[in-house]
Amino acid sequence: MKTILERIKAGEILVGDGAMGSMLFQRGLQRGDCPEKMNLDHPEVIEEIARFYLEAGADIIQTNTFGGTVLRLKEYGLEGEADEINKRAVEAVRKVVGDKAYISGSCGPSGKMLLPYGDAEPELLYEAFERQTRVLIEAGVDIICFETMTDLREAAIAIESVKALSKDTPVMTTMTFDKIPRGYFTVMGTNISSAAEGLKEVGADIIGSNCGNGIENMIEIAREFRNVSDLPIIIQSNAGLPEVREGHLIYPETPEFFAHHLAAMKSVGVSIIGGCCGTTPNHIRAIRRIVDTWK
Amino acid sequence: MELLNQISEYLQQGDDEKVFELTGIAIKEGISPKEILDDGLLAGIGIIGKQFKNHEIFLPDVLLAAKAMQAGLNQIKPLLERDKIPGMGKIVLGTVKGDVHDIGKNLVGIMLKGAGYDVIDLGKDVASEQFVETAIIEKANVVGLSALLTTTMPVMKEIISMLKEKDPEGNIKTIIGGAPVTKNIADEYGADAYAFDAANAIDQIKLLI
Repeated sequence: MKTILERIKAGEILVGDGAMGSMLFQRGLQRGDCPEKMNLDHPEVIEEIARFYLEAGADIIQTNTFGGTVLRLKEYGLEGEADEINKRAVEAVRKVVGDKAYISGSCGPSGKMLLPYGDAEPELLYEAFERQTRVLIEAGVDIICFETMTDLREAAIAIESVKALSKDTPVMTTMTFDKIPRGYFTVMGTNISSAAEGLKEVGADIIGSNCGNGIENMIEIAREFRNVSDLPIIIQSNAGLPEVREGHLIYPETPEFFAHHLAAMKSVGVSIIGGCCGTTPNHIRAIRRIVDTWK
Repeated sequence: MELLNQISEYLQQGDDEKVFELTGIAIKEGISPKEILDDGLLAGIGIIGKQFKNHEIFLPDVLLAAKAMQAGLNQIKPLLERDKIPGMGKIVLGTVKGDVHDIGKNLVGIMLKGAGYDVIDLGKDVASEQFVETAIIEKANVVGLSALLTTTMPVMKEIISMLKEKDPEGNIKTIIGGAPVTKNIADEYGADAYAFDAANAIDQIKLLI
């Protein structure tokens, strides 16, 4: 099986998966529970979600380990089970996808703010990411994905921890940007050109954005990345921003809406297209259908 | 006054040591704690708040300024209490049940304290009943609710309804905020106010009390 990077280099566009959290809540996760604990308590649910996205046509399936650093799990008193939670997450997905899809080890932010504006030492974050990614890699992920990052320093620390562990494991990193009058910036003040430069410097293999925006803004973000970087780009778009309609929370962008905007993603030169909050297997199916017509 | 301007300047630069030092000097020089608060610390944090609101600066700058604000406040707080300078109001604050995201909420807390409010921060993943009970017992003016997850956002509606039941006259006002929250959602949930960011939360709370 060719690697993700080989296929991207050959000009292929790969399809990512969609939202995890909403799928977990539909399948019994209670508010206040740790989403990652489902890996231990209900692996069958994790397998089911992986199967949905695989059948929808995703080439890359993410693990349910977004909050899987020991720092985040500690907030639920689960720091002692950190390794097991991450290991089981990979096993559940692998059981379903075999070699039909790649597994991406999802790692979200540590939840800590670095000194001097916060109170965390860089070493604390480094060790937390190193511990999580070591388990994910040993359990057999094909790629590590740091996502929803807003602090470039934290993202860089995370990437460095993987690169020191394993030269062979590719790393993708996506940051979350807000559109403000003078362009796209993370809440911590990182713009797209400094993100592209900073992430490349520490060895990121694939860079881009997830969360925080619907697909139209994501096209602009992708274009800015393309203008300043030669690295492959990944975009995992929200299905828009949530709205309340008749008391229910909905994400407004439909699979058809996504499909309609994919040609622009392609022309910008995005290599991996997937979904974030509000996307469903139907969104991924719509992306798959369009991407297949490009072959 | 030059010294108070300097306090404001260093606060904006996030230099907590300088703010601590200069606040100490101001106290020794006999400047009233109220003046130090208003024309030094609050003046500085007010500018930071505006700059953040206008996207001229970002979260790290605000967090550093807030640290500096806290350093100054620690110096003058005992004096303010001694002089019985009346508070601006009492605010109960927290991130709702099921949600452990507290950066935004903490920022609101720091800026509220900075602006002279009495803040009871219940923390994160707070039970709905705890918001309501604390607000009633403490005779709070405002309850501030935060949620970052779309899945926990509806908890805010539940708390607002519970509060309306316990406080039918509506003495206790509610304000909500957090990444997925919008003005429409706040209206739909029956909140008295919505804040799109921390600086805006302070403005909105001023209007509520």
